[in-house]
Amino acid sequence: MNVEFTVNGTRHEADVEPRRTLADALRDDLGLTGTHLGCEHGVCGACTVLVDGEPVRACLMLAVQADGSSITTVEGLAGDDGTLHPLQEAFSAHHGLQCGFCTPGMLMSALDLLHRETRPCRERIREELSGNICRCTGYVGIVDAVQAAAEEMDSA
Amino acid sequence: MKPAPFDYLRAHSVGEAVRALADADGDGKIIAGGQSLLPVLALRMARPRLLVDINRIPGLSTITPVDGGVRLGALVRHARLAGQTAHPLLAEAARWIGHTAIRSRGTSGGSIAHADPAAELPVVAAALEATIHIAGPGGTRATTATELFTGPLETTLAEDEMITAIDLPSPQRWGFAEFSRRHGDFGLVTVVAAEVAGRWRLALGGVGGVPLRPAEAEHLLNDGAPVEQVAAAAAAAVTPSGDIHASAEYRRAMTEEFTRRALTPDTERAAA
Repeated sequence: MNVEFTVNGTRHEADVEPRRTLADALRDDLGLTGTHLGCEHGVCGACTVLVDGEPVRACLMLAVQADGSSITTVEGLAGDDGTLHPLQEAFSAHHGLQCGFCTPGMLMSALDLLHRETRPCRERIREELSGNICRCTGYVGIVDAVQAAAEEMDSA
Repeated sequence: MKPAPFDYLRAHSVGEAVRALADADGDGKIIAGGQSLLPVLALRMARPRLLVDINRIPGLSTITPVDGGVRLGALVRHARLAGQTAHPLLAEAARWIGHTAIRSRGTSGGSIAHADPAAELPVVAAALEATIHIAGPGGTRATTATELFTGPLETTLAEDEMITAIDLPSPQRWGFAEFSRRHGDFGLVTVVAAEVAGRWRLALGGVGGVPLRPAEAEHLLNDGAPVEQVAAAAAAAVTPSGDIHASAEYRRAMTEEFTRRALTPDTERAAA
């Protein structure tokens, strides 16, 4: 089936099998491999992207269901000139990534949280990121990073 | 892990959806949010020939007042349910469903149709004696939550039927208590207490194949028995199975404790 959606501001068309997940369409058809696939059944959160502004598991949505949607992936975070998003800066500064595999999902979930709450406390950050698994168990640095980014974005 | 191939139909009306299910002759599945179905497909535990997508059927996403409660369209997302103020018990229960990214896709109708005995909405539906509205190729019917759930992931829905709406009365008083190992996980034990039209009902999730109504505990509660006695009766009513997460004994003990919590106002609990 033909699908058409906007990813990070750019319109794309793709011919996909109905069983193709949004995650696979982003990665394999559009070459946007920043969205990672871990468990492929909705547990690990590595594939989290925003669809029409809402966080979704890209492995639990079919590409055909995203027809007509506007999608933001981790590639859409940095500015056109390569300037990193405050969340990306904070993950780097606060040791919020080790192997980096969970990082795209962590960033997108954190971005959604900061869209809704300007200064979440550590407990709220932990609660909201509870759907994203970091196998390096680097959660302390990740929570530090999200908190620092929230302060940076709120005072900017 | 990838789903096996299937055909896909984007339905634009309830009639079109149920006709497509009937034409698929038992080999079709409705997809709404997909938060339970897609893992099942990815693990190839199900291999339907046809998926009927109901996400773009108009009129199924509303929350409307209906005498004494609310009517949830089948496509009301958990995130929206968590954020509404018309029905506080539903809002509280919805906040316990999965994680944010799951709640933005998962739907009320899907959760009821999936009938996971450890999921939050089936337990609330059992406690509130919800009315489930169902459409099929031959017309519509209504049933109760108690009649709908027949076993783990089993319901009286026919292969060519779909849920269109759920009516839930607003309780005068209520309590919700759930224990899970990590925020967003399925509850090991979920207890819902609700007083509707002067009568208390209790429903227990995660400790049986369907959400359980402990008759003796409800009876004691309505007779004004002490909370400890009601909680003990609720625990006596369940014969949970043990698994890697918790033994049967632990689940029964938690049923007692969380029934007590569901029936204890937060202020009293905080002071204790």
